[in-house]
Amino acid sequence: MHRLFLALAAGLVGYIGTHAVAFAAGAVDGAVDKQGLNIAAIAMFFLFVLGTLVITYRAAASSKSAADFYAAGGGITGFQNGLAIAGDYMSAASFLGISGLVFASGFDGLIYSIGFLVGWPIVLFLIAERLRNLGKFTFADVASFRLDQTQIRILSATGTLVVVAFYLIAQMVGAGKLIQLLFGLDYLYAVVIVGALMIVYVAFGGMKATTWVQIIKACLLLGGASFMAFMVMLHFGFSPEAMFAEAVRVHPKGDAIMAPGGMVADPVSAISLGLALMFGTAGLPHILMRFFTVSDAKAARKSVFYATGLIAYFYILTFIIGFGAITFLMSDPAYYTAGAGGVINKITGLLGGTNMAAVHLANAVGGSLFLGFISAVAFATILAVVAGLTLAGASAVSHDLYAEVIARGRASERKEVNISKISAVVIGIVAIVLGYIFENQNVAFMVGLAFAVAASCNFPVLLMSTMWKGCTTRGAMWGGFLGLASAVAMVVLSKAVWVQTFGNKAAIFPYDNPALFSMTIAFVGIYVVSKLDASQRAKRELASYDAQYVRSETGIGASSAHIH
Amino acid sequence: MVASGQERILDNPKFQELVRTRSGFAWTLAAVMLAIYLCFIFLVAFAQPLMAMKVGGGVTSLGIVLGLVVIVSAFLLTGIYVQRANSRFDALTRDLQKDIA
Repeated sequence: MHRLFLALAAGLVGYIGTHAVAFAAGAVDGAVDKQGLNIAAIAMFFLFVLGTLVITYRAAASSKSAADFYAAGGGITGFQNGLAIAGDYMSAASFLGISGLVFASGFDGLIYSIGFLVGWPIVLFLIAERLRNLGKFTFADVASFRLDQTQIRILSATGTLVVVAFYLIAQMVGAGKLIQLLFGLDYLYAVVIVGALMIVYVAFGGMKATTWVQIIKACLLLGGASFMAFMVMLHFGFSPEAMFAEAVRVHPKGDAIMAPGGMVADPVSAISLGLALMFGTAGLPHILMRFFTVSDAKAARKSVFYATGLIAYFYILTFIIGFGAITFLMSDPAYYTAGAGGVINKITGLLGGTNMAAVHLANAVGGSLFLGFISAVAFATILAVVAGLTLAGASAVSHDLYAEVIARGRASERKEVNISKISAVVIGIVAIVLGYIFENQNVAFMVGLAFAVAASCNFPVLLMSTMWKGCTTRGAMWGGFLGLASAVAMVVLSKAVWVQTFGNKAAIFPYDNPALFSMTIAFVGIYVVSKLDASQRAKRELASYDAQYVRSETGIGASSAHIH
Repeated sequence: MVASGQERILDNPKFQELVRTRSGFAWTLAAVMLAIYLCFIFLVAFAQPLMAMKVGGGVTSLGIVLGLVVIVSAFLLTGIYVQRANSRFDALTRDLQKDIA
């Protein structure tokens, strides 16, 4: 297996190398001064890839059991896990997307950051410790603790795979476009490199490699973003007021960037989006999985504390970076392409679009070498996030669908891990294909959809099965599937898909986000169907709540299979 | 162990105290977080002129200040919970484990 790993790794490095050279030559016909910058970016990205491949190799050598593969042997500390969780969350989309949003419309960017952040306290108060006490490898372990294994695992695996699929497509398309822009690489090559590397990380290194890739990237990203924010604040003598005043002066929207604008269309959409962001966090499978990598509930609790702090810090940085980009870039025509008649649109005219605001700011405050660093970090960020998603998807297939549903709990550990590795390869290939197919589609709604499904299927089932004694399998199945189906249906019928993708005239579902309705449907569904469930199985499930309750509250009898 | 000692644990006053205080505390904090966040979203949706109001004589608006307050409060609330859990709840759990061992 190690020989296979080395062969693959060598092939990959060679592959990137060839294309890097080819593209560096081709960059001349674009903006000439970018050629040198790209080589720095590639060199640094190369270093990152080499470093992570070494880690993967070592992780592969020391990963023997299923606990190693799914949960890094339970050997991750609270602080390390906090960094990894923050890393899962600080995707390129949130770094470049939110700073770009702040660049384009100021205050409105803050609404998104806040929504993404406030889910974390909820995860800590209601989910994290119970999850660690009850579960082993996936959140389905927890949801099916006293309910019917087969049915609940099918439901959880479906919820996981749907969330992973939408999230992954959005990341792959974003990755392809970003790398095209930063490195000059063809879209297809970019998507193939990302897909191939994530397969290598997950299939060979499992959770251990995935976690360390995430930790390294989180440190690089936090370091780079801190430097940018520091340089911006230094320029304004560490006075936010001076920065805001200058931004208001140069921004075409003027003072409007300091107040809520058109971002939030109507109150119902605003609240619905808020709920999706807040509770979706508590239902994202690749995040929930991280709670099984620490030794006990106490470490799980600590990791959320560190993660919340790091994520809060990161979003404050992106806010400063967005405003810094306004002040540094908008008065410099070198960062713009002129539109018709030589007129520069100070927002949309930014080279590469508003999502490139942070990247251009890197050049403005740190020169070409730092631009290369930030580009490499952005690439690394995408890699780390897609690897985490792939691992969550592969675990749902092997640990939930294969081991419990198909093999009825009789699969050997070795077989299960092998299935997981095969699944990782398949998911990687499917992600490459889907990334290619969706190249020119609007995928912005997909992350929102992933959060909506997580909030309307995974989260209600998890919360009700652990906290409400009366929850039965039938209730969880009905509520979970209704939440999932209604979330997907409402997104398809909303403006983002029905009008903008399918080209219909008017949206059937009038709001931007379904969570307010689909979450209600899920919770009411679980409650009503459980109440109506008078089967023998429901009686047994009610009776076995006490054992689950004791273990979830105290950790007594909690799985220690992955503490070595 | 859980199967045999589970009744004993359920009836143990320490277990009942642990569960009662912790879940009361956790749900209260969750409700506080939800309330702070929904207040913010409601203000964004319904009170845009208020959010645009200037504070401190410069261009900084109330909305930006409140936004930062929400971010900081999210972090503080998790800190408060962890602080309490590390001292009080962990001590109760240890006590309980000693009782039933």
